[in-house]
Amino acid sequence: MISIENVSKWYGDFQVLANCTSKVDKGEVVVVCGPSGSGKSTLIKCVNGLEPVQRGTITVEGTEVTAKRTNLTKLRSRIGMVFQHFELYPHMSVRENLCLGQQKVLGRSRDEANAKAEALIDRVDMLAHIEKFPGQLSGGQQQRVAISRALAMDPIAMLFDEPTSALDPEMINEVLDVMVELAQDGMTMMVVTHEMGFARKVADRVVFMDAGAIVEDRETEAFFGNPESDRAKEFLSKILNH
Amino acid sequence: MDNLDLSVIIDNLPFLWQGLQISLSLTALAVVGGIALGTFLALMRLSGFGPLSWVAAGYVNLIRSVPLILVIFWFYFMVPLALGRPIGSFYSALIAFVMFEAAYYSEIIRAGIQSVRKGQVHAGKAIGLSYWQIQRYVVLPQAFRNMIPILVTQAIVLFQDTSLVFVVSLRDFMTASSIVARTEGRLAEMYLFAALVYFTICFAGSIFVRRLQRAKTA
Repeated sequence: MISIENVSKWYGDFQVLANCTSKVDKGEVVVVCGPSGSGKSTLIKCVNGLEPVQRGTITVEGTEVTAKRTNLTKLRSRIGMVFQHFELYPHMSVRENLCLGQQKVLGRSRDEANAKAEALIDRVDMLAHIEKFPGQLSGGQQQRVAISRALAMDPIAMLFDEPTSALDPEMINEVLDVMVELAQDGMTMMVVTHEMGFARKVADRVVFMDAGAIVEDRETEAFFGNPESDRAKEFLSKILNH
Repeated sequence: MDNLDLSVIIDNLPFLWQGLQISLSLTALAVVGGIALGTFLALMRLSGFGPLSWVAAGYVNLIRSVPLILVIFWFYFMVPLALGRPIGSFYSALIAFVMFEAAYYSEIIRAGIQSVRKGQVHAGKAIGLSYWQIQRYVVLPQAFRNMIPILVTQAIVLFQDTSLVFVVSLRDFMTASSIVARTEGRLAEMYLFAALVYFTICFAGSIFVRRLQRAKTA
């Protein structure tokens, strides 16, 4: 479904991605982790073309994201994305946040969009808040709405860019629960996160990055049970031993 | 001061009111036109496409480097040349103000657009909105919300600047007051009254701006 081949990216002279190769199959959940500055957020933003790459190719469902001629707008409408800082539109209600893309991009009628919005918002237990504005919601609530906003577009895959790292600790689980449910429903997911509990529970594979390169790309059990690289061992010992 | 004759104001109220209407409508139309054109210039400047952004930057820098009164003259003499027929001092002044204010508004709007977080644009792109849809539904509504106090302040300055249209013989409020002052020989009364009217309107505007700012930070 998503294939990343020999992708390299530079900011000026600084190389942020070095020859990265990986893939996400249909229905698979892949967790991308690594120390901060390792390029994992950049990598996931390249998958739907929010960040350009200088070398290599990224393909989503047969469409080459990195090709110049690709209609990125159309491709993006089929890939959901959830951001670290939620990025709900602050001047729109929850309902409007969920309807905007459905109506303007997919051309759904107002009634269709509303029905979809209500169904999705109900699934994340936010129906009572549907007329509220993002500023009136907690971080965890906002992120659940943001996930629903992405799902409203009926995406073929979902990208999560550190979805819980801006949240207060007590709100992390309500977001992870939604994500676990989504994974169990068979959604194809690529998730940048430090939540190793989540990774263990639902990830099929873990990609470990360091200094812009993919150091390990292995099945979840193998990664946690027996990491090959010293960098991954060090990383795991640092975040798991507390 | 006890020989002030206020009846001169009352007697000429309809004439003065006509002048004030010209000042106010010129201001209102120039604000609307200036913001519309200024938004375009700001988007051109931020487009990241060299030629477009140079044209916009060149225009803004040119206009901001010449006195308003000169711009008013330019358009008064140049628009009839370009169109081949006169369009009257009101419309030539209006065009001059729109072109002039657009340069200033574009800088305000550019700052406003840049105040919207980049993540908002990403979120718009991620659901498949096009560039124009992102501007229209995501970026500009937030940018304008942040900018309203400054936009109103600029409108107050513009209202004062409309008094410059006397150079193209347009009878705005200032010109009307002047005419009354000279024909009736009542300079003190008329210029005091004119000052009072400008002060009242502009001060009310400033209070409104302060309200807006307080509402924004609250």
